[in-house]
Amino acid sequence: MELVCPAGNYPSLKAAVDNGADAVYLGFKNETNARNFSGLNFRDRKLEQSLTYARDHQVKVFIAINTYPQAERWQLWRDSIDMANALNVNAVIVADIGLMEYATQNYPELPLHLSVQASATNHESLRFYQQHFNIRRAVVPRVLSLSQVQNLVQHSPVDLEVFAFGSLCIMSEGRCHLSSYVTGESPNMCGVCSPARAVTWQHSGEVLETRLNNVLIDRFERGENAGYPTLCKGRFEVNERLSHVLEEPTSLNTMDLIPQLAASGIKALKIEGRQRSPAYVAQVVSVWRQALDAYYRAPADFRVDGVWKQTLKNVSEGSQTTLGAYSRPWQ
Amino acid sequence: MKLSLGPILYYWPRQVVMDYYEKMASTAVDIIYLGETVCSKRREMRLHDWLELADHLTKQGKQVVLSSMTLLEAESELKSLRRICDNGDYLVEANDMSAIQILAERQLPFVAGPFINLYNSPALKVLVEQQMRRWVMPVELSRLALQAIHRGTEEMDIRHRFETEVFAYGRLPLAYSARCFTARAYGLAKDDCNLICLQHPQGMNVKSQDQQEVFTLNGIQTQSAALYDLREEMSEMKHEGVDVVRLSPTLEGMVEVIQAYDDARHGRAIEAVRAEGQCNGYWHQGCGMDHQSSDDLKAD
Repeated sequence: MELVCPAGNYPSLKAAVDNGADAVYLGFKNETNARNFSGLNFRDRKLEQSLTYARDHQVKVFIAINTYPQAERWQLWRDSIDMANALNVNAVIVADIGLMEYATQNYPELPLHLSVQASATNHESLRFYQQHFNIRRAVVPRVLSLSQVQNLVQHSPVDLEVFAFGSLCIMSEGRCHLSSYVTGESPNMCGVCSPARAVTWQHSGEVLETRLNNVLIDRFERGENAGYPTLCKGRFEVNERLSHVLEEPTSLNTMDLIPQLAASGIKALKIEGRQRSPAYVAQVVSVWRQALDAYYRAPADFRVDGVWKQTLKNVSEGSQTTLGAYSRPWQ
Repeated sequence: MKLSLGPILYYWPRQVVMDYYEKMASTAVDIIYLGETVCSKRREMRLHDWLELADHLTKQGKQVVLSSMTLLEAESELKSLRRICDNGDYLVEANDMSAIQILAERQLPFVAGPFINLYNSPALKVLVEQQMRRWVMPVELSRLALQAIHRGTEEMDIRHRFETEVFAYGRLPLAYSARCFTARAYGLAKDDCNLICLQHPQGMNVKSQDQQEVFTLNGIQTQSAALYDLREEMSEMKHEGVDVVRLSPTLEGMVEVIQAYDDARHGRAIEAVRAEGQCNGYWHQGCGMDHQSSDDLKAD
């Protein structure tokens, strides 16, 4: 299985390459990609430098152009496809069918991967994208259980990539407008979720309140670990009971499933986290490289090493990890 | 402009559904969408029930469209989807690309529902070529976005080949998850949910810790807490060439809502919308939860 790693900037890209990535994925410095955060992403000289570094180390480069082009500014997305093609990258990760049509018509040789933002959760959907746009690979949304993933591989007309580690989106990706409902900006249109410009951290006595566009997302007592106010991870009241109504802050970690995923025919594992630091990328990629190498050396003897587990736990949201939808404890 | 009644997004007992549509048959809506779009465990109404209802409503002069599921994970769900697509009589609303694939293979026309991500005219063109007859604009898009999309489709000379429908009234469907949040609120596993959604015919209210209503839980779907209401924007929608105005069913007060929209489309005076608990921000290119009163609009 190919290890596909996040590169939010040049130091992260170097960290991924140096620690054993098979491929890196990155975005241009604008809202054409789903991690459009200030200080992240690539353009001009740094972009060329990054591509050269990856290629010199035989690491593939994928460009994410995986938001939905805003009608008024279609040109920006179209130009991004032109640029990715000119850069001769290994694949472009896309979600919008208009953009796929443009790429297929103009650059039939440019390999397309279907972004998780396209929400293709079944083989009929995958066939649509394969037949019309010749996609080579699809990234599977984080809503399927392990047995559903295994079933999908059997029926899929294209190679599949799954999320292996990182922040956990609990909604069906590409089908969530929570962020634009509260802040006006969404992953689909702007490449952001719960944008930093809308966040306030406010002390009220002993309590720290986090708000998103003035909507109270959570309150933390002194000593509690205060997380970033992502809407789906807030504490709200339902039936007069206070809880994480949608999801607890936690990270996805599928390392235990490496043997099952490999046996089922999954072709690539994706590490989430273009917004994370180079140190984070280095640690996570290094541990996953070791785990995959250990698995392929002796598949029958594969065991998750305690040190790997601890390293991943330490860098996880709320220091908690879960198998998420793969195991569905809530099912 | 035509008025449509969207699919019922909640889980209501069979008899409630039948009685509801009996009432709706004599309202001014032109189009009625029937079917389950949220959760495949909701089986009070089976496909043959929907089809019987469809025949009945058709005889009463309504155009009926069969709506299909949004999040399809299991093989059994694809099987049910194929049965809907093969109904032989009624147009189908596709809410997932799998439905479009199945319908396109059969060379059948379809409606693209609000969770088919169509954000620009080149994307619309792809589906028009697959016989898309109508699309429901994603709820987060604005009037300005719609203008740009229509302009683009006019330039491509395809605007005459499809109708545009705008979600105008109801709690906004905002997100879908594999997880059931209603079951979670009761501490129940999804497989043993006891069909708890039946107890929440208008969903469950989610409040912030300072008592602001934020969302509504409806099984695996998360909706807005506020009611989206564009009745005061009817003339703007008409101006933008909107063909169909979608009203999403609520258990109470729907007949009055339809009456108000019917009045508005015929230029008759309507009462102003109360700002509290209402929103219209998406249409005005703002946060979805915002509300601009008509006075604000005049001040622009």
